[in-house]
This record gives sequence, structure tokens and C-alpha cells, in this order.
Amino acid sequence: MKENNMEPIIKIENLIFEYRKEEETPPVRAIDNVSLTIEKGSFTAVLGKNGSGKSTLAKNLNGLLIPTEGVIYVNGYDTADDNHIWDVRQSAGMVFQNPDNQLVSAIVEDDVAFGPENLGIDPAEIRRRVDKALEDVNMGPFRGKSPHMLSGGQKQRIAIAGVVAMKPSCIIFDEPTAMLDPKGRNEIMSIIKELHEEGITVILITHFMEEAAAADRVVIMDEGRIFLDGTPSEVFSQGDKVRSVNLDVPLAVELAARLREKGIDVPQNIISTEEMVEFICQYE
Amino acid sequence: MSIRVRNLKHIYEKGMPTESLALEDINFDVEDGEFLGIIGHTGSGKSTLLQHLNGLLKPDEGSIIIGDIDITSPGISMVEIRKRIGLVFQYPEYQLFEETVAKDIAFGPKNLGLSEEEIQERVKEAIKLVGLDYDKFAEKSPFELSGGQKRRVAIAGVIAMRPEVLILDEPTAGLDPKAHKDVLAMIEEVHRRTGNITILVSHNMADIARLSDKVLVIDSGRMVTMGTPKEVFSHREELARVGLDLPPVTQLTETLRDRGIDIEETILSVDRAAECIARYLKKKENSRC
Repeated sequence: MKENNMEPIIKIENLIFEYRKEEETPPVRAIDNVSLTIEKGSFTAVLGKNGSGKSTLAKNLNGLLIPTEGVIYVNGYDTADDNHIWDVRQSAGMVFQNPDNQLVSAIVEDDVAFGPENLGIDPAEIRRRVDKALEDVNMGPFRGKSPHMLSGGQKQRIAIAGVVAMKPSCIIFDEPTAMLDPKGRNEIMSIIKELHEEGITVILITHFMEEAAAADRVVIMDEGRIFLDGTPSEVFSQGDKVRSVNLDVPLAVELAARLREKGIDVPQNIISTEEMVEFICQYE
Repeated sequence: MSIRVRNLKHIYEKGMPTESLALEDINFDVEDGEFLGIIGHTGSGKSTLLQHLNGLLKPDEGSIIIGDIDITSPGISMVEIRKRIGLVFQYPEYQLFEETVAKDIAFGPKNLGLSEEEIQERVKEAIKLVGLDYDKFAEKSPFELSGGQKRRVAIAGVIAMRPEVLILDEPTAGLDPKAHKDVLAMIEEVHRRTGNITILVSHNMADIARLSDKVLVIDSGRMVTMGTPKEVFSHREELARVGLDLPPVTQLTETLRDRGIDIEETILSVDRAAECIARYLKKKENSRC
């Protein structure tokens, strides 16, 4: 383990978030007393069915939504403190589901420069950051292209570059692959893994269990609360519990459960296809 | 009712310097009551093919005969095509626009010029078929619904046309695992109850393998192969060449075969995989004693 792993980047204390559908209706409680600490440099996947509160949680993490009760610290800044809202947003960048809603410019590199320009950074530094960010997402050769000519996966990579150019310590991805084809999905997942390896704290909200299995921590939300929290193998080995909140388990976990029913003693920590293949090949 | 596609060819921007071949040499049949899966990577020509099947695009050559009519013939009326073939686009809930669920579903049947009584009957039937409670949902605004419910309402709008051919382009994209399962179960149920021809376009190979009677593989505007899921997914190299994966469970069992494990070829379901793997492991256990 890296030593900086013990330092929190995000600290959520007793978060309650309520909203009203209309003026007169009683408030709906989307987040119900959640406390969670995210360590610097970690990779956390957040799962939950639609309406479980996971996207609301994400929007609370960079001050797009402000807690009804409780408090959230990002890099030590209270997200409810107006004086530090830009420090919060610069610390925790956000990538959304639909890349078409996140691109603002007619030229790829202008789009990536949009965020840093708003921070009032020196143009030479912006140039360096844009080049580096485009390289990070393997989109350097597309710098002069128009974003609308790109594929969904490429557009999403530009959206990620725009966030990376802000040099955040943490990036929150809210279902970044939901609208992509399998190729685009793989592209985005490998970039997320690379960013994590470079030291960026990653929070990935997803419906794809195989993506969650790549994280080092999995948090499952249900009815606005934390339902399960642990390493992927701790969480996914509780297959029945995961299914009880309408989620799937990775293929290897499902297969392991069927094999156990047939009297094969499969270890609980097998959660990926590779691990399952190794288990079967080395079975004595 | 059957579909016969013959020598279909389509050129985009014909005669322009940017002209490009979108479809060529497409030949296939779909028989009455069949479930056809179509797979191909983004840009392979799948959507262009779908748009031909419901008359949105006309081919440059070839014909599409549905039942007893050739929908590519110049004189054919669009209403005749719409009556027979329903197309559910990707993210169909973006097209919901009416004040209530019932009105939205009634929009298509109304355009067919049916009586009010007939329209109401069809709306009721369609809401039921997509698994929603009529009394609870009919008067709601479509915009109050969850993502999965909106999608059902959008599909109900097409089903209310009582199409003999129902085409769905990525009907589960962007849904959570539960809604994904529910929408597919609903499509299966509609297929079983109405006996329609269902055509499903999806990137989810597990769904395609489980649901389809036949699978059509398309790449660069051409047919690569067509056959039962078992036949199609046994061509691993050919699929990889056109950028397509095997279903996840098949990937696992084929990796085992590559590693010398003696189990059946092209396993398409987790149940079957568990059976074969358990049998193999038990045999190994016994030989040890």
C-alpha cells in the first residue's frame, strides 16, 4: 500500500439530501444519513439501481448540490462554503453520462482549454495542460478536429480531457460508459484505470458490474443509504444480497454460485473471469 | 407473414464526391414468428438496414418483401408500411411529448384513422403488454415516470400500432440492470403473445444469444454471416475480425478450451457452462482418488 492512501480527499459526514418535486409537495429524501470517507488515490465504484441516490451523492461531492443536513469536505473545503466553491470544483472534477451535453466548443483543443481558461491560468500553462490532457486520453492527433465528427467514445475522452486539464485530485465519473458501444466502453475504462495509476482519486458510478470489479472499493447504495461497502470480493461474494437490491453480480460470481450448488467448492474471493479460469485450470 | 430481403444496396450521397457505399449484397429471410438478432459494431450499417426495413430509406437496388407487399416499390404508401412494421429507435423516451401516457400511446393509432373506441382499446392493450397498470399510469404525465417506465411507454406507442414486425434498436441502452431485464422480458412476452416477428439490434451478446432464433452479422455494409446463435458464435475469429465479442460466458468457456480443458464448444448460457464445468471438475476429482 502507498503511504498517502490513508489521507482522506473526501469526507462525507451524516449527509442528508432532500428535494421537492413541486413547491407544495412534501420533500423527498434522496440521501438518508450517509457517512463515507474516500482516501486519496483510491478507486471507488458506486453501484445502485436507478433512484438509489448514487447520482445525487455524486452531485453533492462537487457542490452542484448542497447538503440539506450534514457536511461534505473536499480537500478540506466545506462544499457549502460559497467562498471555496471553485476550490471544491477544481479539486473534484465531474464527467457525466452523455458526452454531447458536456462539449462546448467547435474545436477539440478549445473545448479542453475551456475549464483552465476560466481559472484565469497563464496561456502558456494552458497550452501545456491541454497538450498533456489530450495525450492522457490518447486524443492528441484529434486536437484540431470538430467534436461532433467524433465517435461517442472519442467525445467522452474529450470530456475527460477537459476535466483532467483542471488538474483535479479527484474525478467523479457518473455512468461515463452508459451510452457507449463496447469499443467505446473499453476505451473509457482503460483511461480511467490509467488516470487512477497516475494518482488521481477515482469515483466511478456505474451499472456495469465488470467495471466495478476493477475498483479497489465497491459501495452499493439503496434507498439513499449505503447498503454494502467493501473490496470487490467482499461485496460481490454476497451474491444474494447484491441481487436483493436489483443489481447483477459479475459473471464469475454467478458461475461460482451455480458450481457451489453442484457441490464444487469454489473460493469466495473469485470475482473475475480470469480468476475463475485459473481456478478451473488448476483444480486438483 | 415473412420478410424477404433481396440484393439490397444503398449508396449515401449518390453522385456526390462524398458518395459512400452503405449497404451491399444484403440477402436474408425472416420467417413467421421468428426472433432475429442483428449485431455489428457502430457504423457497420445496422441502423441503415433498419431504416430500410420500415421504409424510412429507399434502397438504390434490391427489394424488401414483407408478407405480400414489396415496401421498396415506388407507389407504396407509408401508412401501409407503418401498419406492418414498428420501429423503436434508440432512447425512444426522448420522443415522448404528450400530456398523458394514454395520449402519447394513442398518437400512432390516431394517425391510422381508427375509431376512438378502437384507439382506446389498443392503448389499453399496449399498456398491459408492456407490463404497466392502466389505471395507475394512463393519466400520468410521461415525464413523471422512471427511465425504465418511460421506455416502456415509448415502446407501447409502437406496439399500439399492432405491427406484425417489431424492430428494436438497442432497447435497453442506458438502463439499470433491473430495468434492462424487465424491458427484455417485456419484449419476449410481446413476441410470445402476438406471434410477431421481432428484430433486436444490440451490443449485448448475452442477450442476443439467449433470445434470437437467428443472428445476422453485419460489417462495412455487408452480411458477414447468418445462422443460429450457436453457429454464429462458433466463428470466434471471424467475429473478432469485425470487432465483435463473444457473449461473456462463451469467452470464459472458450478460454478454458484454449487452456486445454475438455468441455463442450460454444456454450451460450451460464446454466450450461456450470453443468459442463462441474462435470469436468468432478471427473478430475474422481481420477485423483
